[in-house]
Amino acid sequence: MRALSADFWSGLALGGLGAYIIVRASSWEYLGPDGPGPGFFPLWYGIAMAALSLGLMFSSLRKQDPDQIDWSGAGRAFATWFALLACVALLNVAGFLLCLAGLTFFIIAVMYRRPLKVAASAAIALAGAFYLIFPFALGVRLP
Amino acid sequence: MGGFAVALQPFNLLWCLVGVALGTVVGILPGLGPPATIAMLLPLTFLMPPASAMIMLAGIYYGAKYGGSTTSILLNVPGESASVATCFDGYQMARKGRAGPALGIAAIASFIAGTVGVLGLMLVAPPLARMALAFSSPEYFALMSLGLAMVVLLAGRSMVKALLAMLVGLWLAGIGTDLFSQTSRFTFGRMELLSGIDFVVVAIGVFAIGEVLANMQGREAAKALPFPKGVRNLLPTVQDLKDSRFAFANGSIVGFLIGVLPGAGSTIASFISYGLEKAVSRRPEEFGKGVVEGVAAPEGANNAETGGALIPMLTLGIPGSSTTAVLLAALVLWGFKPGPLFIPENPALFWGLVASMYIGNLMLLVLNLPLVPVFAQVLRTPVYILYPIILGIALVGVYSTSGGLFDLWLLVGFGLMGYLMRKLDYPSAPLILGVVLGGAMERALRQSLMMSDGSISILVSRPVSAVMLSLAVLILLIPLFNKVNTWRLRALEK
Repeated sequence: MRALSADFWSGLALGGLGAYIIVRASSWEYLGPDGPGPGFFPLWYGIAMAALSLGLMFSSLRKQDPDQIDWSGAGRAFATWFALLACVALLNVAGFLLCLAGLTFFIIAVMYRRPLKVAASAAIALAGAFYLIFPFALGVRLP
Repeated sequence: MGGFAVALQPFNLLWCLVGVALGTVVGILPGLGPPATIAMLLPLTFLMPPASAMIMLAGIYYGAKYGGSTTSILLNVPGESASVATCFDGYQMARKGRAGPALGIAAIASFIAGTVGVLGLMLVAPPLARMALAFSSPEYFALMSLGLAMVVLLAGRSMVKALLAMLVGLWLAGIGTDLFSQTSRFTFGRMELLSGIDFVVVAIGVFAIGEVLANMQGREAAKALPFPKGVRNLLPTVQDLKDSRFAFANGSIVGFLIGVLPGAGSTIASFISYGLEKAVSRRPEEFGKGVVEGVAAPEGANNAETGGALIPMLTLGIPGSSTTAVLLAALVLWGFKPGPLFIPENPALFWGLVASMYIGNLMLLVLNLPLVPVFAQVLRTPVYILYPIILGIALVGVYSTSGGLFDLWLLVGFGLMGYLMRKLDYPSAPLILGVVLGGAMERALRQSLMMSDGSISILVSRPVSAVMLSLAVLILLIPLFNKVNTWRLRALEK
């Protein structure tokens, strides 16, 4: 049995979202005495989303030679995303400047394999520059 | 003249210079486009007067078109999609040691066509706005449907995926409290979502963070060809200018006309202009081997497109591309209402913007010719320094508008969504346009149905809305017509 394509899985996810929209929209008023209610518009785009997702899933199943997604390098992108996620999660504990410095260090030292000295100096310089530009010069609050 | 009085104020001149210089840098950097930059800087513009902010953001928009040619010519890597066609002949000219004249002719073509585009904006926008004053809710709904259909048609290879992206955009726009009934929709019980999702969060997440993640897949950047030193080496010869004279006109006219159409955008404008130039050339066989017209036509077209694209955005409130969608959102966030009344109600802002675009194009010509080597140095910025800067600005930008951590979580989520959309070949332009137009579209539809006591026939019984809706339906049915769809796919693949 051949593996299901990325189009199938993305269609399934969007089909699920479409179904959720239909269910939620059905619980709101469709047409009231003053005209269309809050459920009117979402119900229609929910139906359209579910139908198109089904179409995408079926067409991906019928394709003999489905488009292959090149996932090489995706690990690097996901690793960076997780680092960003950790950065946001730690904002309340460590503060923005420390988190940004950590993220910069991670990208330079781990993702680009540059010397630790370079990574550390860039991280400190960037955090300093952000402090000088945003809160100090522009009066913008940091997270 | 009132516009020049606004644009020539020292403060506005400074912001115009900042905008065009920043735009040039953004255009030069592959992977960082104008929508991402404008979205990231948008929160910071709340500290500025709206006219200065608009002048700066517009400067980034058209400045990026100038900058995009530099990487196309020196690296064979377009700084942004609108500069893809410039690679064909620009890079070949550079390989033959004519990088200077290629960069010079690109700057001159950009200046001429950019100025023609602004002239078109000045002449077409006011009468179109007056015409649109007769529009009511049904016409607006039909117009937005037509705009979205055009974007879906031209956004990517799969119209189903483009439609799905647009529908997700409509859903995101619908999150929050319904203004008609005060019902909270799709809020998952979160108080933070009652006022909806800020457009800035979606735009920065999908464009800026999504782009960084997509670029993180590769480890190294491409190596640039040596760039010319000295202004004299950048100047095209008299023969180059003679050879390019029709390309200047072609790029200006085609670019402007394509720009007015929603969804077409500067990439398509530059390809059509390049194709037209090749078709009418006396030496079509030399195209792709380094002819100067092959640089002048697409570069002119992608700059003239800017003036055209601002017309539907300012006069009808309908953006035709991701960048104009972000600019439209900026105007709304500053408290303006783009549409037929925008020009009469805000003459200083509109004419100030128009005048600043004339000045900005001149600044770009003056900046670009002597400073190309300086701008090209930007290419040497290591990407591992650039990406943390972008991520940091994204976080600060979103936090400065919302002041809460919840939006930062959303930002990270939209960043992943933007990356996955790129990987799975879902275009982002329909999503962003769905987010921008979703609220207005629903409002127009519901108001139309209130006018007709719930009868949907109001949308087809009024001639203007009937024509626009019929066109929208025809566009969405294109995949069913094999020949037309094959042409569409070929055009997109080119």
